[in-house]
Amino acid sequence: MNLLGKLDWSAIPLHQPIIMGATAFMGLIVAAVLGFITMKGAWPYLWREWLTSVDHKRIGVMYCILALVMLLRGFSDAIMMRSQQAVAAGGAQGYLPPEHFDQIFSAHGTIMIFFMAMPFVVGLMNFAVPLQLGIRDVAFPTLNSVSFWLTAAGALLINVSLAVGEFSKAGWWGYPPLSELQYSPGVGVDYYLWSLQISGLGTLLAGINFVTTILKMRAPGMSYMRMPVFCWTSLATNLLIVAAFPVLTAALAMLLLDRYLGFHFFTNEAGGNQMLYANLFWVWGHPEVYILVLPAFGVFSEVIATFSGKPLFGYRSMVVATMAICVLSFFVWLHHFFTMGASANVNGFFGIMSMVIALPTGVKIYNWLFTMYGGRVRLSVPVLWTVGFMVTFVIGGMTGVLHAVPPVSFQLHNSVFLIAHFHNVIIGGVVFGAMAGYTYWFPKAFGFALDERWGKASFWCWLVGFYLAFMPLYLLGLMGMTRRMQHYDNPAWQPWLIVAMIGAIVILGGIICQIVQLVVSIRDRDRLRVTADPWNGRTLEWSTASPPPAWNFAFAPNVTGRDAFWTSKRQEQARQDKPAPARAYEPIEMPKNSATGFVSAFFAVIIGFSMIWHIWWLASVGVFGAFVTLLAFAFRRHPEFEVPAEQIARFERAQQSGAAA
Amino acid sequence: MTDVRYDRAPGDVPSEEVQAWAPSEALVYSIGLLVALVLTATSFWVANTSMLWPGGVGLGLAVLAIAQMGVHLVFFLHLTSGPDSTNNILALAFGLLIVFVVVVGTIWIVTDLNDNMLMPSSDAMNVRMQP
Repeated sequence: MNLLGKLDWSAIPLHQPIIMGATAFMGLIVAAVLGFITMKGAWPYLWREWLTSVDHKRIGVMYCILALVMLLRGFSDAIMMRSQQAVAAGGAQGYLPPEHFDQIFSAHGTIMIFFMAMPFVVGLMNFAVPLQLGIRDVAFPTLNSVSFWLTAAGALLINVSLAVGEFSKAGWWGYPPLSELQYSPGVGVDYYLWSLQISGLGTLLAGINFVTTILKMRAPGMSYMRMPVFCWTSLATNLLIVAAFPVLTAALAMLLLDRYLGFHFFTNEAGGNQMLYANLFWVWGHPEVYILVLPAFGVFSEVIATFSGKPLFGYRSMVVATMAICVLSFFVWLHHFFTMGASANVNGFFGIMSMVIALPTGVKIYNWLFTMYGGRVRLSVPVLWTVGFMVTFVIGGMTGVLHAVPPVSFQLHNSVFLIAHFHNVIIGGVVFGAMAGYTYWFPKAFGFALDERWGKASFWCWLVGFYLAFMPLYLLGLMGMTRRMQHYDNPAWQPWLIVAMIGAIVILGGIICQIVQLVVSIRDRDRLRVTADPWNGRTLEWSTASPPPAWNFAFAPNVTGRDAFWTSKRQEQARQDKPAPARAYEPIEMPKNSATGFVSAFFAVIIGFSMIWHIWWLASVGVFGAFVTLLAFAFRRHPEFEVPAEQIARFERAQQSGAAA
Repeated sequence: MTDVRYDRAPGDVPSEEVQAWAPSEALVYSIGLLVALVLTATSFWVANTSMLWPGGVGLGLAVLAIAQMGVHLVFFLHLTSGPDSTNNILALAFGLLIVFVVVVGTIWIVTDLNDNMLMPSSDAMNVRMQP
């Protein structure tokens, strides 16, 4: 019996210079970061204040950092694909061999959806939702930390696949029979499956946590119809997570059973049905699109209302549209496989439903436009992202409705027209929304704003780069180019692919601008220091200090209307700045830090890695460790500690004198 | 954090005045257990008896299973029609809707795909070939 399962030195691709170069580069960066932390002696600080933190704001920030790091990883895959396709025309083979190219597009999709877009939106929700609801933390703070670390564990596994073994070559959906053992005997698909199972568990837990938080823990007076729209879209997103993610987990679990224990759910022979996998995958997959984009819609709603200085136009219709999307998103999944061979009845039904779901989205676009109409719109960076989104997303939405027509889908299925369409909605919707939220809430999270000039440069690079990179793909799709081509022999495509590559480089410029923006802002943080309310905000997160204290609010805010903070600012003006009567501070109970999340994710990585490489004894050690961690958490004695009243009073005094100075 | 909670989670110990008129926990659980056992026993009987019309057995079992779920929800998971339970009822309704859509939709789609994927017999071919 081999103690290391399938793992040996041949797993490390020493003969492939590109992979080894990337691995060495990644290793260098990790070593540099770890070395820097060690040199600064920041480990105890990091452990105490971040790694074991159950503070929703800290966890939100960590989610966003994970997302930004994974954006770099996913983007490097993208630029490799674009450069390969720019050169591999006619007889040329480019620089990426087919088996490597297949891994790159699979990793790009998986990383961008699960480890960039998901952490980004969950991170923004983590940071903003409790603050907007006027509460001190989420319903289950330790569970929140577990969610984050499980997501990070999945991300770690996917990155390990670069250096040890290989990644899946079966695309980001992992359709059987290609992903079955017979056709993908390597560990690539196992890396894909285990990293998604682990991070999917984390996402599901986060979903449960947020549904509970939003339904059960609002500030006094914060009725449903007074919640900020971002909280509504978060509620819808998390309901979708709770409803949809178990389907993905079940589908992937069945594929795991096929691969590990010789089951026949999706195999070619013995009565397996691959179509069922496609069906189940998209039962999750379509709601997933809305899981990603609804929080972005929420961010745009907050940004556009704040920077237009007006209440959001059509709040009620916004809420209704959000909840309509939440339910309707479960009625459209077949449009991902119109061509699989269903009859016209089935295709017709799902085609019509797919067109219907565009209606609530259209309502939202008009609401944002009417919010801007007649307002004093300040064109700062979050608004630029929002306006860029509105234009771009409408184009993407219209090509989407085009796809909802089954005969059109038969023409365009698996062409790069489709690629252009979903990048148009995901970059134009989710990424722009995440960037708007990042710029909008950054001053709240850190107490200083991001540099405006570099932010604008980054926005324009992203916008122009996006159009350069993806508009040619629409044309190429209509010219008949299919997706995932390592090389092609039609020279007429090459000019367009070169334009697309230039677009990717311009986007790279946008990303570099963002990195520079972050560095410049940290360097000039004293110049960019902000007060509690830098944007003249409308919702409760702007009523507390920037950065907010661990307890968020010294007193639970009393909500008397929609746009709670705006209303209270108006009332204070009406009272002629008469200071509110001093209230005695009371001690606040806060959840204690917990290493549960970090430790259980550590064991999750062990389980995942050893299952991938068939190291059974190590997997059982991992399961045992995770179980003991859970047990230790369940038997903890003092989950909370008390923040003394004097500490709160001291903080509030410091804030007030700081504001006066 | 406690002062923002208006209502009680299902299964929380209720306050004194509510306890005064509500049936005791033990009684609720006992009734639930009894009903659940009766339903289980009936299901086994229905499946094994020859006294019923065989065509109705499947339907009868389905009805008993749904009743069983209802008993579990009401007696063990404390789902009531009271104001405390609004969220839970709505969550249940949403869950049922989604499960219904996914299950019925999947059956519809996969059956349809199967029908279309069958090797067409010569008759079916002729029907399809007609303009």
